[in-house]
Amino acid sequence: MKAHKSLSRWTRGVTTAGSALALAAAGLAGMTATASAEEDTFRVGVVAFLSGNASGPFGIPARNAAEVVIEGINNGDLPAPYDTAGLNGLTIDPVYIDENGGTSQQVEEFRNLVERRDVDAVVGYTSSGNCLAIGPVAEELEMLTIAFDCGTPRLFEEVESPQYLFRTGLDATADNIGAVRYLQDTRPDVTRIAGIQQNYAWGQDSWRDFQAALDTLMPDTEIVAEQMPQIFQGNYGSEISALQTARPEIVHSSFWGGDMEAFVTQANARGLLDTATALLTTGESAFYRFEDRAPDGTILGGRGPYGVFAPDNALNRWFTDAYVEAHGEQPSYPSHKMAQALLGLKHAADNAGAEAGTKPDRDAIIETLRGASFESVSGTVRMDRADGHQAVQDMVYGEYHYDSSEGPRLENVIHYEAECVTAPEGEDPVEWIEAGFPGVDCE
Amino acid sequence: MQMDRSEWLLLAGGLLIALGGFLLPSWMVSIATSAFATALVVQGVVLLIRAGLVSFGQGLFFGIGGYAAGMSNRFLGVTEVFGMLALGLVVAVALAMVLGLLVSRYREIFFAMLTLAFSMIAYGVLVKSRALGSTDGFGIDTWHILGWTPPDGYGQLSLFLLTVTIGSIVAVLLHRYRRSALGLACEAIRENEVRVEYMGISQRLVLYINYVIAAAVGALGGSLHALAIGHVDPGMTYWTTSGEFVFIALLAGSGHVAAPFIAAVLFALVRTYAVELIPNAWQMGLGITLLLIILFLPGGIWSLFTRLRRATS
Repeated sequence: MKAHKSLSRWTRGVTTAGSALALAAAGLAGMTATASAEEDTFRVGVVAFLSGNASGPFGIPARNAAEVVIEGINNGDLPAPYDTAGLNGLTIDPVYIDENGGTSQQVEEFRNLVERRDVDAVVGYTSSGNCLAIGPVAEELEMLTIAFDCGTPRLFEEVESPQYLFRTGLDATADNIGAVRYLQDTRPDVTRIAGIQQNYAWGQDSWRDFQAALDTLMPDTEIVAEQMPQIFQGNYGSEISALQTARPEIVHSSFWGGDMEAFVTQANARGLLDTATALLTTGESAFYRFEDRAPDGTILGGRGPYGVFAPDNALNRWFTDAYVEAHGEQPSYPSHKMAQALLGLKHAADNAGAEAGTKPDRDAIIETLRGASFESVSGTVRMDRADGHQAVQDMVYGEYHYDSSEGPRLENVIHYEAECVTAPEGEDPVEWIEAGFPGVDCE
Repeated sequence: MQMDRSEWLLLAGGLLIALGGFLLPSWMVSIATSAFATALVVQGVVLLIRAGLVSFGQGLFFGIGGYAAGMSNRFLGVTEVFGMLALGLVVAVALAMVLGLLVSRYREIFFAMLTLAFSMIAYGVLVKSRALGSTDGFGIDTWHILGWTPPDGYGQLSLFLLTVTIGSIVAVLLHRYRRSALGLACEAIRENEVRVEYMGISQRLVLYINYVIAAAVGALGGSLHALAIGHVDPGMTYWTTSGEFVFIALLAGSGHVAAPFIAAVLFALVRTYAVELIPNAWQMGLGITLLLIILFLPGGIWSLFTRLRRATS
């Protein structure tokens, strides 16, 4: 009996000591990680959805692109003007962080990146909520942070005079102004419009901007139905029936990822898309996956000149080839946006005026990136809004067509100049739309 | 006011942790701030568990605390931290006094489901509120503590000190409450409700008061958490957030008021190292570690200390 008692005390002791050791080891690992930040590497935190619903369509393509571009930069494989190895000669040392887990966890992890992992810059964030939460923290910690994908028009309203926060992609307002302009150019006679959006900030903002632009540019149209199902609902049978009874000609949707593919598949099977054309603002991410599940003529956007809409330039050719070689599939728009953010960082680091092979001063990098114009996989990017912290670019829309022997292709691709889809500096986008786009001539 | 040994220890522990804040690296300070804020909500969950009730909706009061702080800051221009905390407290207590009338009638799974339902209603309302930023939420700008604005770079440290101070005071008060007639009646209700009634105690009143107290500490935790993160969003009232509180409560055990603080910090540390070491499968790392702790310490982390005491005596 006594032996048994001492034995159990012994096992308890071992388990306690074991868990204490495990914690200590984890702590030690963290410290060594900090200690290994050296002068000849440039450490970049890369934050993308590695798990959860947004990982498949956005996070994994973005992380894959980051791997390809960072390896390319480190080896000096990129075409001009990025044909020098590294960031100003320094090897990029990426730290990948999962964006899943909610805003409070992301704020904590951002602080960890800056204060424990000792990164020199952070590139990431697809979720608008995360961008809005990270922005003020980036300013507080004075950390160069490049938002590569999030689309909220509120980002630089919340961070009023940004110093350290940049965004190299377009906001959701540009998507929806572009969508209306495309309708105006290709289907000027439509009158019956319907919408289906996920019931959260992205869907609500997209629908508001689309309606505002429609009111201004196509005043003869009428909204015949609107549906706001829960995000990740997956089954849209009743919404599709409700849309069908309203007999729309165009169905606008800001659905993304799995929801978007599920909606298109179900709407096509139920015959909604026989009579109506779907207008999918993020449809590009499924361009290579739709096959015959999306009818010919479906209107796709890619949130800018990314993915299949990207121009045929040397950088894009290099990127697409390297991506296909490394990952066995075509890059989609989140891949291009991640590549663009990293190229912006390289442009700024290379031109910050530091001696080659030394780490440029953070303020010098920021000064270089502010208001910069740099070459990217999507053409020339101008950092021309929000005091030079927000990129402006063309918006592109096109029609999806599929041939079982030749695969998918785009038709009727139209580019809209940046000035036609993005409000001038300092103007509220919705007021600008409602006032009839003053100051630009896009007819 | 007579203070017993545990209470002196709690205050001394709080003071020690507060002083530690000046030595700890800043990432640890910010993790500890939000962990202690979370621990306050967990205190509420533990109070309910002591009365035999599991709430899967404590996120409701967490969210109310956060949104009260955020909205008073953004829309009413309140910049005084204590004003923001007080507002959250008042709103949460008022709501809990109404909801408590209903939920204190229910037990077991019915109580769990009802609390879950109320928090999800709040989630639904917040998601549909455009002015509050829907799912994106909004940020909390400037604040000061009793008119004193912390200098640049000391915001997190001052919030840490504030959270530790409030945490210590709440811990002492809760410790008293747990040993009071009311607190002990909660345990008695868990053991045998009918017998408690026969003794002439209204179990509904006891559970009602207990529920309101749990809501009050939940709102305090929510406001402090929102200040530490600098942002509120409807995720605060989502059921997974409430589930996390229940999980930390199980991890802590209901043995002592200090346990939720330790468990919340442990949870935050395990999670942050899991994210760092296995970025692609951190949820698995977090789950396995916590599962092992629960397996080997079924009475929660506090049972480690009671075991040690038993072993030495």
